[in-house]
Amino acid sequence: MAKKRIQPKKTPMPRQAAEIRKKNFEEVALGYTEEQALVEANRCLQCKNPICIPGCPVEIDIPAFIKKIQEKDCLGAIRKIKEKNNLPAICGRVCPQEEQCEKVCVLAKKYEPVAIGRLERFAADYELQVLGERCEVSGKESLPETLHFTLNTKQPKVAVIGSGPAGLTCAGDLAKMGYPVTIFEALHKPGGVLVYGIPEFRLPKKIVEQEVAYVQSLGVELKLNYVIGKTLTLDDLFCQGYEAIFIGIGAGAPKFMGIPGENFNGVYSANEFLTRVNLMKAYLFPEYDTPIRVGKRVAVIGGGNVAMDSARTALRLGAEEVYLIYRRSRKEMPAREEEIENALEEGIKIELLTNPVRIIGDEGGNHLPGWVKKIECIRMSLGEPDASGRPRPVEIPGSNFYFACETVIMALGTEANPLFPKSTPGLALNKWGYIITDEQTGKTSLEGVYAGGDIVTGSATVISAMGAAKRSARAINEYLGSKKR
Amino acid sequence: MFKIVNRTELAASIKKIEIEAKEIAGKAVPGQFVMVRVNETGERIPLTIVDKNPQKGTITLIFQEIGQTTKKFGALKVGERILDIAGPLGHPTEIKKYGTIIAIGGGVGCAELLPIVKVYREVGNKVIGIIGARTKELLILEKELSETTDELYITTDDGTYGEKGFVSDILKRILTARPLTRTPAYPDLVYAIGPVPMMKLVSEITRPYQIKTVVSLNAIMVDGTGMCGSCRLEVGGKTKLCCVDGPEFDGHLVNWDLFLLRNKRFLEEEKIALTRMDTNK
Repeated sequence: MAKKRIQPKKTPMPRQAAEIRKKNFEEVALGYTEEQALVEANRCLQCKNPICIPGCPVEIDIPAFIKKIQEKDCLGAIRKIKEKNNLPAICGRVCPQEEQCEKVCVLAKKYEPVAIGRLERFAADYELQVLGERCEVSGKESLPETLHFTLNTKQPKVAVIGSGPAGLTCAGDLAKMGYPVTIFEALHKPGGVLVYGIPEFRLPKKIVEQEVAYVQSLGVELKLNYVIGKTLTLDDLFCQGYEAIFIGIGAGAPKFMGIPGENFNGVYSANEFLTRVNLMKAYLFPEYDTPIRVGKRVAVIGGGNVAMDSARTALRLGAEEVYLIYRRSRKEMPAREEEIENALEEGIKIELLTNPVRIIGDEGGNHLPGWVKKIECIRMSLGEPDASGRPRPVEIPGSNFYFACETVIMALGTEANPLFPKSTPGLALNKWGYIITDEQTGKTSLEGVYAGGDIVTGSATVISAMGAAKRSARAINEYLGSKKR
Repeated sequence: MFKIVNRTELAASIKKIEIEAKEIAGKAVPGQFVMVRVNETGERIPLTIVDKNPQKGTITLIFQEIGQTTKKFGALKVGERILDIAGPLGHPTEIKKYGTIIAIGGGVGCAELLPIVKVYREVGNKVIGIIGARTKELLILEKELSETTDELYITTDDGTYGEKGFVSDILKRILTARPLTRTPAYPDLVYAIGPVPMMKLVSEITRPYQIKTVVSLNAIMVDGTGMCGSCRLEVGGKTKLCCVDGPEFDGHLVNWDLFLLRNKRFLEEEKIALTRMDTNK
């Protein structure tokens, strides 16, 4: 029997050229064509005992959906994915597959793994395109699988707080089980970090809208401008008849270094910078009213995905030079390799083993006093591993130098926003303000209240929030079932 | 969508708008604000809740038309709607029986002062009000404030009504009429709300007398829920967020110079936006 010849590398993803894409906010990765998807799908060996499935935080039946693509049944592929994943167009774009399913793919031992993420995106986009051609995306009749779910039967109602990845997933799964669900969202648009944090050029907001519309089509009610903890409390929700509550409010509080000069104008938290641009569309000022100011030289402090997003956004807003300042070495940078490469291709520079010490601003005599002028930085060396397991950065005395810039973006991660927990007595928090939960179920210290995502783990990924939400949805179903008896 | 139920012009560019917001009306207490977005391309801005009607399900906002958003909002008519209102946000005013309170309102700050003064009086405080505006036409809520204070002093910068001068002049006069040591006849609290230079000056005046001074600050916000840090200021040497730690702070601990600087962050963009708005009319 002839051995199947394996294409050693993934089928390349078509992308906008760096020189062009760094001046626009359009999506960088353009997506596979049908031909490319077929070639890539055919790399999958359809293992009898697939290791990729447990590698996926939401346990998508990967070989099954890839088989559908091999058979040219793309709608069948997306249906398979949606059995487990309510937000495939999003995950196909932002999941760190190289850390998850693709890492354990059998092909990865000798070659590059199957590009599972790109195939997921292909299938999801295919469906969105087909639906767009057929009829209104949010219409129930356009989605065959909704007919299989008994929507809104006489089940107890569930409240979900937050319309980010965790909230959308928990709500979608509970709705599929027949529960009436209401999502309460504090902002004026749904999506959470999908809409305010991840830039347009990585995750178009139109896609987010379409994925949210899908969740709504499952029968989920969405209420915007509800700041739970202020507009309504958890007790109010129980009084309104909700019998279980899932908290997916995210970790949204900005983290600053606490160094002198951090409050000068021109210093942003990554949250503020990205929220202005992504949620409020400041890149379209003055057509959109929210302003943002970016100087000629920008320094982004941090080395994660948010730092990459901030740097690439600053470039697109017209900065001439954008630097990432990171205190450890390239190896320790937590950002996806793909995002670091995209950033470097676009001309972003990285100052490794460097940390800011203080920010210096204009004291006056300038028409804009109080603005950042430069940062005093210090070089670092790597010492013994710290609590995170990564080598501890240590200052090299006397290595201070100045870095001229007008804009500084602190992309250091986020902390737990105290607004909600403070208004909810009895909700057990750990010492950093994150909600303490049972790892298997997401159950909190309050009866009938579950939590998942960044408000439990600290800032992590979209997909891990979704995995936690799915576990909580199952636990809520059991809890409500046992209450009835 | 939030429908405008009532609209009054209190002065040339000062509007009083009663708008549907059922849950917020049920929950709001004095000192709190809402984040408002008028239309799809609009900004989110904070506006103080000056009154509420839980039975009708409405809240009342009073604002001065300075930038784009307030101008667009002010131009809307009864029956029209705005896209988003979120709240009630911010720490409520701490309502206690202090004894004697001097409540100072400057310009449109008088609107925000009214609900605070009402509730201070309700719990048994003696309230001496000092209100001021640039000119007679911009003086608002005189009748309502005279009904809810024990004494009311009025100033206008140009002398067209009340005394010619500033609210800070009256404050100085009241304080210097008393000895520099604390006696029972002394104000136990000074509450000031209005233009930032006024609140700064009031805090400087009360400092040597060590009178507790509360100010209400209006910083530039984006979400208003503590997520982004846009509204950060320094209070007592520490960085605080106006939207979740405030909007009220101890006037003696606020880093006023930094606050004034940070509020000027987008002056150029604000000018561009207004020019564009006028050209498009």
